[in-house]
Amino acid sequence: MTELVNGKGLALIPKTDVKQTLKDFKSDQEVRWCPGCGDYAILAAVQSFLPELGLKRENIVFVSGIGCSSRFPYYLNTYGMHSIHGRAPAIATGLAASRPDLSVWVITGDGDALSIGGNHLIHALRRNVNLNILLFNNRIYGLTKGQYSPTSEIGKITKSTPMGSLDKPFNPISLAIGAEASFVARTIDSDRKHLQSVLREATAHRGTSLVEIYQNCNIFNDNAFEQLKDPEVRDDITLRLEHDQPIVSATKAVVRGANGGVEVVARDSVSADQILVHDAHNPDPSVAFALSRLDEPAFEHVPIGIFRSVDRPSYDVLMAEQLEDAVAQQGPGDLSELLMGGDTWRIG
Amino acid sequence: MTKQVQQLDRVIIRFAGDSGDGMQLTGDRFTAGTAEFGNDLSTLPNFPAEIRAPAGTLPGVSSFQLHFADHDILTPGDAPNVLVAMNPAALKANLPDLPRGADIIANTDEFTKRNLQKVGYATNPLEDDSLREWRVHAVALTSLTVKALEDFDLSKKDAERSKNMFALGLLSWLYHRPTEHTIKFLEQKFAKKPDIAKANIAAFQAGWNYGETTESFSVSYEVKPARLAPGVYRNISGNQALAYGLIAASVQAKLPLFLGSYPITPASDILHELSRHKRFGVRTFQAEDEIAGVGAALGAAFGGALGVTTTSGPGVALKAETVGLAVTTELPLIIVDVQRAGPSTGMPTKTEQTDLLMAMFGRNGESPVPIVAPMSPSDCFDAAIEAARIAVKYRTPVMLLSDGYLANGSEPWRLPEVSELPDISQEFTTEPNGEDGAFLPYKRDGETLARPWAIPGTPGLEHRIGGIEKADGTGNISYDPNNHDLMVRTRAAKIAGIDVPELEVDDPDGDAKVLVIGWGSTYGPIAAAVRRIRNGGGKVAQAHLRHLNPLPANTGDVLKRYDKVLLPEINLGQLALLLRARYLVDVISYNRVRGLPFKAEELAGVIQDVIDSD
Repeated sequence: MTELVNGKGLALIPKTDVKQTLKDFKSDQEVRWCPGCGDYAILAAVQSFLPELGLKRENIVFVSGIGCSSRFPYYLNTYGMHSIHGRAPAIATGLAASRPDLSVWVITGDGDALSIGGNHLIHALRRNVNLNILLFNNRIYGLTKGQYSPTSEIGKITKSTPMGSLDKPFNPISLAIGAEASFVARTIDSDRKHLQSVLREATAHRGTSLVEIYQNCNIFNDNAFEQLKDPEVRDDITLRLEHDQPIVSATKAVVRGANGGVEVVARDSVSADQILVHDAHNPDPSVAFALSRLDEPAFEHVPIGIFRSVDRPSYDVLMAEQLEDAVAQQGPGDLSELLMGGDTWRIG
Repeated sequence: MTKQVQQLDRVIIRFAGDSGDGMQLTGDRFTAGTAEFGNDLSTLPNFPAEIRAPAGTLPGVSSFQLHFADHDILTPGDAPNVLVAMNPAALKANLPDLPRGADIIANTDEFTKRNLQKVGYATNPLEDDSLREWRVHAVALTSLTVKALEDFDLSKKDAERSKNMFALGLLSWLYHRPTEHTIKFLEQKFAKKPDIAKANIAAFQAGWNYGETTESFSVSYEVKPARLAPGVYRNISGNQALAYGLIAASVQAKLPLFLGSYPITPASDILHELSRHKRFGVRTFQAEDEIAGVGAALGAAFGGALGVTTTSGPGVALKAETVGLAVTTELPLIIVDVQRAGPSTGMPTKTEQTDLLMAMFGRNGESPVPIVAPMSPSDCFDAAIEAARIAVKYRTPVMLLSDGYLANGSEPWRLPEVSELPDISQEFTTEPNGEDGAFLPYKRDGETLARPWAIPGTPGLEHRIGGIEKADGTGNISYDPNNHDLMVRTRAAKIAGIDVPELEVDDPDGDAKVLVIGWGSTYGPIAAAVRRIRNGGGKVAQAHLRHLNPLPANTGDVLKRYDKVLLPEINLGQLALLLRARYLVDVISYNRVRGLPFKAEELAGVIQDVIDSD
């Protein structure tokens, strides 16, 4: 914990000496998601995780877009903005770039982040603004009552696609790695311990961290991630990504593929030294990208954990440095001097 | 040979050539010399959107018009007295604007058969007597330049490139302009290429000497310095003044400036200018799109910055939803719209006043936004400070409506004393304002109706805002019908109650029957036209609106005081629609939407017609 508080991701954010509890982060607003929604579990996990950071509550800001998950900020007793559809990364970018002393979180969903706001998401990732982006992926549109989303599987039957959807879905992890993200992880709403372990790493990372959270919509897309929760199969299909550890599930293992990528084989068919050891800090993103493709096409095996975590200067710090350099080189701004700066002449 | 010197009270010169000929630079330098000399002046650049349109064609013509005088002037002038035509296309494109008797200085070297054909001249107009009603000075500008640079180690092509400086030298001689600044400028511009600097200076001096010795020019002209108000002056374009105004606003508001912007003509120069002033704590963020530009500015405003986004009409259309969010979250934000010809892409480098109704109404829901419009290039400075004052004091997005004419046009600007700039700072809220230490983010100031601005980092005031309707006071989500009605009316009342100065009327004798009213960049041409009418003994009153929303409280009284109200606009009557609806006054519209500013003569004719009609 001490190490975390001193972690570089939080280095510029004021700490508190007061002991915080989950209660400190609950707002007085009634939570209004459907009973059984996965969002409850994520909210509870975040509320009970935040005290661990020991940050001054007033220096934490949650910014969201539009969608079920985007109601999130109302339920946290921090600063917050429930903005407009898809634009949370842009708004949060302006806030984080001008206030390096804030812990800025973006709460978004698969429609918000990957459809209407796709452009802002990829540019936030490449800039490496100091944001924690939590992407609640339930593979459906909830708030508009059940249309297919950009992460819905091909052939999805919904109100807007009675004969099945035609579009190939985005893989959010592949997209983020392709967009030069410095921190990319996946977790699941039902596994609080894992979710919080990922948040711990995400907050310690300075720059943009993208955390995809598989989240169940029990009304419009129930059991979308059931295999990952079913005690009968989950240990077989979940490939845990832990830095410096072999990538395995109970029965499967990841090895280098003949085509240069990676592939999943029966764990007992290979020797221990053939199993790929996860390197989240590898500057080359190609293995992380290959791992992100393993859940294709239908959840036969799903990597969970931190795909990629590399150091890259964060945008807010670079921007602040340019301002400091300008003052160091030219002195602080002087308005009279600025106005008189061109070719001037005097009359009278 | 002793040459005759003639005194003139004013001159309008137009430099025209290919967009690669350096006409904007030539115009800029002539302007700098003229400003230094002490004339009053006004400029109008006019160039194609294409960076390098096909050489020698009509669409590729770029021009720069300069009006200078021994008295104060208001416009870049209606029609040039002198046209510098660097090629046949420049002649053909500009001849229709040139009154009979005006001087044409034409670069004969470019009047080749091929270039003539490109623009549809069957014969050479310099030789076929078709220009007999103008005074043509045929000068081999290119070959004279090349000859003057013989001793330099330059390729012919590089030498030819200095022909604009030869032309500048010739015109500088013709109008007795000082030369020191141009020489110093060239030395600085080409500091890293001293040979090029020397060649350009040599071409400039050769042009001057050519004027002195050639028989083609028997007369040179003097325009005495103008008697302007005492003070220190500099020449400034609207975009530069606007950028400086935003920096000044940030200093005077004691808030760091954050610009979120996406490049767009004709607003990009504001982004360029602001990005050079980081020592003022100015953060400039070139966003991935227009929406992110305004979004980032709003996010920064939530964090306590002076958030600004700069754009043109197409960008305002994209930003509309975020502006609506700023309306309902009641955060300060400045949206600069440098209007250009529309709809859609329209004519990006041409001016228009066609975004007024978009600024006024272009959002979903009842979404009132204050509007400020500068009236001259230098007024962009004051208008930016005024927009910031309103934004910060009332916690609201403000539209600042400049246009392409103001943005690129320039005029002498009497520099303000920084100590006399208004203090527009407001305190952030740092203490709870409710019972038992509660913070009510929508509990308003009784006078301004502004809500508290409590920024992240302030302990005890943690709160959530957003696009969903909020309960009065608490700011909690509310779908209560009466609360919504109250909030809609309260937001409207807040904007309607903004303190804006009274509308002033210029009616020297107080007995004019006709009022001509305008807004934005038409101030210069309207005022120049009003002068013409008055110089001819006619009576007309003039008023000009800098605040379009809310309108000054006395606007209705002013309009009703006159028998007739004339409103010229570079649109199809957008302000007229608002004034008619609001005050039930039968405003007479005059509208031209040609992508160009009005001409004083044109408006004087319109005013005279209104005076004469019954």
